[in-house]
Amino acid sequence: MDLEFTAEERQFRQEARAWLTANVPAEPLPSMDTEDGFRRHQAWEKRLFDARWAVVSWPEEYGGRDAGLTEWLIFEEEYHRAGAPGRVGQNGIFLFAPTLFAFGDTAQRDRYLPAMASGEEIWVQGWSEPEAGSDLANVRSRAVRDDAHGGWRLTGQKIWSSRGTYGHRLFGLFRTDPDSRRHHGLTYFMVDLASPGVTVRPIAQLDGEPGFAEIFLDDVFVPDADVLGAPGEGWTIMIATTGSERGLNLRSPGRFLEPARRLLDLYRRRGGDESLRDAVVRAWMDAEAYRLFTFGTVTKLLDGGRIGADSSVNKVFWSQMDVESHATALRLLGEYGELDAGSPEAVDDARWLDGFLFALGGPIYAGTNEIQRNTIAERVLGLPRAR
Amino acid sequence: MRLAYGEEQHLFGETVRDFLAAHCTAEHVRAAWAADTAVSARWAELAKLGVTGLVVPDDHDGLGLGEEELSAVLEQAGYAALPDPLVEAAVASGILAEFAPDAGWLARIARGESVASVLLPGQAFAVEARAADLVVVGIAPADAPAEIHVVDPADCTLTAQVSVDRARKLFRVGFDPVPETLVASGPAAATALARAADRGALGTAAFLLGLTRRMLDMTVAYAKQRVQRGVVIGTHQSVQHHLANVLVKLEFARPVVMRAAYSLARGLPSAPRDVSMAKIYAGEAADLAARNALQVHGAIGYTEEHDLHLFMKRAWALTAAWGDASRHRARVAADLLGDAPAPMTPEL
Repeated sequence: MDLEFTAEERQFRQEARAWLTANVPAEPLPSMDTEDGFRRHQAWEKRLFDARWAVVSWPEEYGGRDAGLTEWLIFEEEYHRAGAPGRVGQNGIFLFAPTLFAFGDTAQRDRYLPAMASGEEIWVQGWSEPEAGSDLANVRSRAVRDDAHGGWRLTGQKIWSSRGTYGHRLFGLFRTDPDSRRHHGLTYFMVDLASPGVTVRPIAQLDGEPGFAEIFLDDVFVPDADVLGAPGEGWTIMIATTGSERGLNLRSPGRFLEPARRLLDLYRRRGGDESLRDAVVRAWMDAEAYRLFTFGTVTKLLDGGRIGADSSVNKVFWSQMDVESHATALRLLGEYGELDAGSPEAVDDARWLDGFLFALGGPIYAGTNEIQRNTIAERVLGLPRAR
Repeated sequence: MRLAYGEEQHLFGETVRDFLAAHCTAEHVRAAWAADTAVSARWAELAKLGVTGLVVPDDHDGLGLGEEELSAVLEQAGYAALPDPLVEAAVASGILAEFAPDAGWLARIARGESVASVLLPGQAFAVEARAADLVVVGIAPADAPAEIHVVDPADCTLTAQVSVDRARKLFRVGFDPVPETLVASGPAAATALARAADRGALGTAAFLLGLTRRMLDMTVAYAKQRVQRGVVIGTHQSVQHHLANVLVKLEFARPVVMRAAYSLARGLPSAPRDVSMAKIYAGEAADLAARNALQVHGAIGYTEEHDLHLFMKRAWALTAAWGDASRHRARVAADLLGDAPAPMTPEL
């Protein structure tokens, strides 16, 4: 074991910290799920990109730094510690991009990656459908061949699409073989949401903002150039993307370490209700445990291993931890816990309530925790398939 | 940055696992329940593998290894619910190596000829004190310097207690500290006692990981073969979720234990906090594993006929031993919420 950072890694941390200190906006940006906030978050992504901090782990030709996994984790720790804005481009950068690197052709990578990294094009998830939430094999949206125009015509409906309200392009699965069932006959498409036939209906989330949308597609043309991988291979490619979603790509430890540290400070500031002491300490310990678990995962990956179904173990842990730590903060706040942003007396501008509402989505999205537990039981523990 | 046992640590663990699979079956654990003195022929065999002298310096016939190897091995011992006092051997060895290297005890422990018991400040009972050849006793009164004594059990008043786990022979130890038994006193003794207690807690945490994995494996096997109303119970989502929850607990406890081993081996300032976290997480994993194992096994798990209880009871005993959860939580809380500002993570 060697739990030290190298001199190069420490240097990288200092460099990231210095830039973030000088550049992170002093005032928090408006929510990325408002029109104004979305644009300002795009501008922040551009600023990150211009300084080559938007996609540190990507190759340099796409605006990255060719940084390794450990450096990426370091950058994330510094990013969250600096209180930098949430990443409006995260669905593209952290979920879709690894899939595009793995399965896209050169033309697709050149066309999409730089615009994604700079925040110019924000990508939207097209996974869930009515009656197919965590059960992606039940996808009904279909695509039929349009040989005359060299492409496909897509019809159907996607729902719970994060960033769907203001985003630009959608990645998702469509059924290209009408006689297929379950995970066969699916194809992975990249859809321009400005295309004729696309209708977007914003959906207000628990926090009142249109963080996701319902997207209707009515005979929407998509050229062959925007099919990812081979037609009919969509399921395999999708598995890679959802693995990124549950695994460490979207949930670096930095994301939880900083709130945990702030919770300790809140506990001191609020005079320290003894009955909540254990819960506060627990929140900090869980964030630490998550960080250590991630180092273990990174070690495994660097040794040539794969994550696979372990990402389900990861997802159950971080989603529970996130809810619990915010719930603890709200209990600490007592009567002030119910105050929403904009209230004159809201503590920390209601970020704990905000964070709580956001965290509640964790056990639901990226495959509900019930689905994850089934996956753990069947694919890690080897139990027979659930009835 | 690597969080994984090294190749040698891993191989050592595998060797011990294979040995124990043959020589420490559930039947052997049962035998330890009935035995008056639990130290069996297996002890000498463990010594040949280097296990009893794992942390004994190599110039005293030991392997001279540290906490990382110790936890890799104790995790395997936990999988087998080994009844022999390995944690105590490791704790006693550390103290003897520092304060009484030439008394001969170290080599005898390493060769499997002697069994050590320990009684540190904060511990009420000593394991295997009657069968032991020596008891390392620490005293840390609030108003006087700490002292460490190495005593002969024959010179002590031993009052046998009964553990929930009959394989653990517990004793209240009464003795009169005399100059002849004193090996260390003052601040050096206090520091050594604190480190020894951390080593015991860490070793126990690693042992609990092994117990957790064993109970999980037993329960998965049972859920795959047990048929109820024509259906294998492992197909029920409720059963699957019980077992998945145990795996999540275990997978997150393991790196916490590994980090504590790393910190303690290097004497890092965070070691006490890291060890406490390890004991808390491993104890919780074992507790959840025991409860869910019992629930999934149903009535058969609630009997002494079935082997499950051997592992559950060890888990309960060890969760209480070497500092229970509330003691360790208090230590982490004091570290995080004391006068110093909250620690930044990572520490640079």
